[in-house]
Amino acid sequence: MRRFPEYFTIWHIAGHYGLRLVAWLVLAFLILPILVIVPLSFNAEPFFTFTPGMLALEPEAYSLRWYQEVATDQRWTLAIRNSFLIGIAAALLATLLGTVAAVGLASPWMPFKRLITALLLSPMIVPLIIIAAGMFFFYTSFGLVGTYLGLIIAHAALGVPFVIITVTATLAGFDRSLFNAGLSLGASPVKVFWDVVIPLIRPGVISGGLFAFVTSFDEVVLVLFLAGPEQRTIPRQMFSGLREQINPTILAVATLLVVLSIALLLTLEVLRRRSERLRGTGA
Amino acid sequence: MAEITAAPPRAARRLAPEDARNAAREVRAQRLRAFLFVTPLLAFILFAFVAPIASMLFRSAYNPTVADLVPATLEALEDWDGEARPPDAVLTRFAVDLKRLAEERTSGQLAEEVNRYLPGTSSVVKSTARSLRRADDAALAEGGANLLLEADDAWGEPGIWRALRKSGQVYTASYYLTALDLEMTRDGTIQPRDTQIYLKLYGKTLWMALIITVLTLVLGYPLAFHMAHSSTAHANFLMVFVLLPFWTSLLVRTTSWIALLQTNGVVNSTLITLGLTRDPLELLYTQFATIIAMTHILLPFMVLPLYSVMRGIDPSYMRAAMSLGSRPIPAFLRIYLPMSLPGLSAGALLVFIISVGYYITPALVGGTDGQMISNIIAFHMQQSNNWELAAALGSLLLFLIVALYWLYDRFVGAGNIKFG
Repeated sequence: MRRFPEYFTIWHIAGHYGLRLVAWLVLAFLILPILVIVPLSFNAEPFFTFTPGMLALEPEAYSLRWYQEVATDQRWTLAIRNSFLIGIAAALLATLLGTVAAVGLASPWMPFKRLITALLLSPMIVPLIIIAAGMFFFYTSFGLVGTYLGLIIAHAALGVPFVIITVTATLAGFDRSLFNAGLSLGASPVKVFWDVVIPLIRPGVISGGLFAFVTSFDEVVLVLFLAGPEQRTIPRQMFSGLREQINPTILAVATLLVVLSIALLLTLEVLRRRSERLRGTGA
Repeated sequence: MAEITAAPPRAARRLAPEDARNAAREVRAQRLRAFLFVTPLLAFILFAFVAPIASMLFRSAYNPTVADLVPATLEALEDWDGEARPPDAVLTRFAVDLKRLAEERTSGQLAEEVNRYLPGTSSVVKSTARSLRRADDAALAEGGANLLLEADDAWGEPGIWRALRKSGQVYTASYYLTALDLEMTRDGTIQPRDTQIYLKLYGKTLWMALIITVLTLVLGYPLAFHMAHSSTAHANFLMVFVLLPFWTSLLVRTTSWIALLQTNGVVNSTLITLGLTRDPLELLYTQFATIIAMTHILLPFMVLPLYSVMRGIDPSYMRAAMSLGSRPIPAFLRIYLPMSLPGLSAGALLVFIISVGYYITPALVGGTDGQMISNIIAFHMQQSNNWELAAALGSLLLFLIVALYWLYDRFVGAGNIKFG
């Protein structure tokens, strides 16, 4: 039992434990709906709910058949390939352009900084359905609808704000005297940039790239409007699955995606700690 | 430090003219260099994002379809007073135009466009086009008016011609009027339509966004408070539970809610087993489903800014108030709540802005009842093919979002957005 200050009444203490209870209930609300799909994806029956056999923990009520279906169904394998292809290409494009631009934006000499920053961050604010409507009309006239290139460009535009935000944040903590120190020790500016600046902002660049990748990987509205049948991605396939014929294959894919997001979460945490250590701001 | 090397040389005018010129040149070079770094991305965003949005805004007030289909007829209609049936010459010209469209198989487009101004016209245009297709060209040029009236006597009414003339306007505010449930009468006054569709939907969207914002606030505030007042290790552990849903695909979370809420889903099975209800409740494909799923999806956007602000509030203020005899609730309301307000407004505006434009979750779990304005925009793009109306509805939504974002920037500062 932890100790409370002298002036605490029984109501203070009740409030303390009440708050803790509420907090845990909210956490349960956040996490349980996601965890519930994991056991359901091992359902031997084609249902979206727990069978009596599953509740009795009978081994034969569980199976890997939906995972097998994901691995063999051509629509899903194509969707997985497309998701990674488009996601990686879009993230690379957004990271390259975004990092270079962030270096310019971090300069104190940058003209129209506020306006340009607002413009570059705007893809994050405008609702996707509006972006989709605009891009559909506009990209059609360039023959970009129904192509990989069109989707990569569209998703890169969505990823740019995240790269700008993470890289500018890293650059803001960047000590410019390190640059001058490198110069005073006789290195060329290019060498200082590669050997000093890039290693220091690398965590920001990588996490910006990851954000851009996840944005593309999770995006479905633009895919709905801009992709042809050849460019169907995982979320697009899930969307039509949920609309047309609901079966546990979707749950198996969803479980795999949860595992992927756990991996991403861990990667970003490692990057964050590394960045703090390099900049000497962390504990 | 950075500030010393970075500050522009304000004292330039006290320098010798030669030095001042050099300094000014140096500043220009630095500005240009910084701008050059940004140029590639700026060009990319202008092409990939800004131009599409701009073209959509343009399209919401610009529709040349009918003007391209029947230019000669529209030219002839210009002098018509709009009262009685147009002169036979106009009818003949239209008959010739319509035959050409029937041969080019584009009469359906015309039918669709005119139908928007006068419902029920679509079938008249289509059937007339069919019967005119076999008409002899010479006979058509001679007595096209009669052939037109034989095909359908609706062409004798002035109403259909007014609709045709109206649909032929290249620049028009009519889509915005439709999107706002207004219509223009013949004498040019603007009045509300009999059936209000879109304003009601905008109202419903804002109302649902408000409910979702309040729910995320009610759930998120105690959680953020608890996390902010735990030890760092414990808070980081709890943070995983907030960030995991944040990082999990939107489709996955929507799938979860379908699994939970469907007729024989987890929630209903539990309720029946517990004996709380005998028949399964209709939970999925309702407004309730949209609201609860979106609350779940957007909760991290509320918790994260709240937490980062609360973490910076010194707990000794509350302790001081309580040790001085204040009761917890007044101490909270008068000391803690005002200090947490920046996080609260950031989270609330963020959640509200995101919910107003949401599409996927309402489309999948909302049924007919839980649809929002985004869904009707998608409907007009995909099913009714009324792109101009979709563009007008989208533009109005965009203005709304920009206004909200402006508020957000004013009160919170857009640069303060952080993740994870």
